[in-house]
Amino acid sequence: MRQSTSSLLRPDLGRLSVHLVLLAYTALALFPIALILINSIKSRAAIFDDPLALPSAATLSLSGFEKVLASTNFLLYFGNSLYVTLGALLLIVLFGAMAAWALSEYRFPGNRLLALFLALGIMIPIRLGTVSILELVVHLGMTNTLSALVLVYTAQGLPLAVMILSEFMRQVPGELKDAARCDGVGEFTIFFQVILPLIRPAVATVAVFTMIPAWNDLWFPLILAPSEQTKTVTLGVQQFIGQYVTDWNAVLAALSLAVIPMLVLYAFFSRQLIRGLTSGAVK
Amino acid sequence: MKSAAQQLSGWKLAAFLAPAVLVYSLFSALPLADTLRQGFFIADDAGRASFAGLANFRTILLDPEWSAGFWNAMRNNAIFFCIHMLLQNPIGLLLATLFSLKGLRGARTYRTLIFLPTLLSVVIIGFIWQLILSPLWGVGERLMGYAGAASLFSPWLGQESSALATLALISVWQYVGIPMMLIYAALLAVPEDIVEAAHVEGASAMRIFWQIKLPLIYPTLGLVTILTFVANFNAFDLIYSVKGALAGPNYSTDLLGTLFYRTFFGYQSQIGSAHMGAAVATLMFLVILFGVAVYFFAVQRRLARFAL
Repeated sequence: MRQSTSSLLRPDLGRLSVHLVLLAYTALALFPIALILINSIKSRAAIFDDPLALPSAATLSLSGFEKVLASTNFLLYFGNSLYVTLGALLLIVLFGAMAAWALSEYRFPGNRLLALFLALGIMIPIRLGTVSILELVVHLGMTNTLSALVLVYTAQGLPLAVMILSEFMRQVPGELKDAARCDGVGEFTIFFQVILPLIRPAVATVAVFTMIPAWNDLWFPLILAPSEQTKTVTLGVQQFIGQYVTDWNAVLAALSLAVIPMLVLYAFFSRQLIRGLTSGAVK
Repeated sequence: MKSAAQQLSGWKLAAFLAPAVLVYSLFSALPLADTLRQGFFIADDAGRASFAGLANFRTILLDPEWSAGFWNAMRNNAIFFCIHMLLQNPIGLLLATLFSLKGLRGARTYRTLIFLPTLLSVVIIGFIWQLILSPLWGVGERLMGYAGAASLFSPWLGQESSALATLALISVWQYVGIPMMLIYAALLAVPEDIVEAAHVEGASAMRIFWQIKLPLIYPTLGLVTILTFVANFNAFDLIYSVKGALAGPNYSTDLLGTLFYRTFFGYQSQIGSAHMGAAVATLMFLVILFGVAVYFFAVQRRLARFAL
């Protein structure tokens, strides 16, 4: 390794093996998903005869998709998931930014303590409080409502959002705020018109960490809102598959229907998402 | 920071803080505190709760029928966590290290594609692997046949001896993207000039990795460890969707999350109990608190000193 003669040859060979390792792992990561997508548009016989073959004119069949769309309210589930996730994101960003602003900008007694109280939620999973959350939701008459899910996911996402956003707000130059204050602008106006527009880049990070867990969650939809009208995609697919377990076309189609929207979104937003993820990690 | 010393009148401050504090307290902090409280109560037949001290915990930990189930879930959970630590995080580290190689072509594409499964729901991932490993479909067996190992295939998800490890591997496969991204971000933050200096001094790439980069990302490895710990001891979705609430075969895949669910909502002949469920949640809380405390007091402090 120390000889310079060998190091002349090594880079190319090294690079090649790096690419081999990464290609192999990429294949491992994508193969299962591709397999499901490919087979979801094949006839039942073709699914079993040759699972690895691409669909041909003879084996093409959309019967699974027809079954799923006919026997479930898939579009409704999808709308529910969208409503819950975006609703939670909106509340998390707005409430989180307001709290982060108060905590990072003003000095008041109990500031540190309040920040610590909010930070507890980063490490302690909200699920552990499920027994009482269910009681509360029943008490408020909010069982089987999407609002209950929005509020729970907001509570789940706020701690991390407050931490990320306060970190971000501390970097907003003081001159900007002082200039506004000298002009006699009120603190609310400063927040809504100066600070809020400035934190847009951090919103990507917050969105990554709050939307994905909310969209994919099974626990709270199962416990708080399992009715037909309020099912999310994750719960809907889980229950549909449990019911049609032997209908391979339908199962594969249901899985594909759950995966495809995420693939489309990821194709558009992967760059922002990954930037949000990595910048969130290094702060 | 100078401007952090701003003063603001009480009601304005309250207006900024109230929405977040209210929602968080009402739906997260108070329910958690109340769940911990409920673990100390029992309900009579009329549903009236009365204080019972440690009775619920004594039942769970000492009653032969209950404690077998609890310790089984606890042991399974520990195994689940160990498999993640031994595979998920080292693989994440390896991939992140490869991505951060200077001038690697296609690095962004690899990163984007490998992160994809992490985005999808555990439920979906669980079903996908259940189909692939199903002997009925035979894809797994066929693929192993290409490597000449078809005879080694068996229905791993259905066997008591291998179901838990198989589920853990599925979870590793899905979540490897998280340590990968966190470690990648940390590697990007390693100052270029240190690496450059070592390179000029004639240190090999291996040596630079082991003696410079790795020590500098210890804090991130600590963070990844505690995140894995909390996520694993809170896991539920994967087991529930692949194996159901009974976490079969014969409870061999039962984790604390599924035990909590069964205790709370009941299953088969056993009637669910909010108080016993709360007691299980309290024990899970203690396990997680223990992990977090170890992280903060031991790992974090030593790492902070090391990083300086």
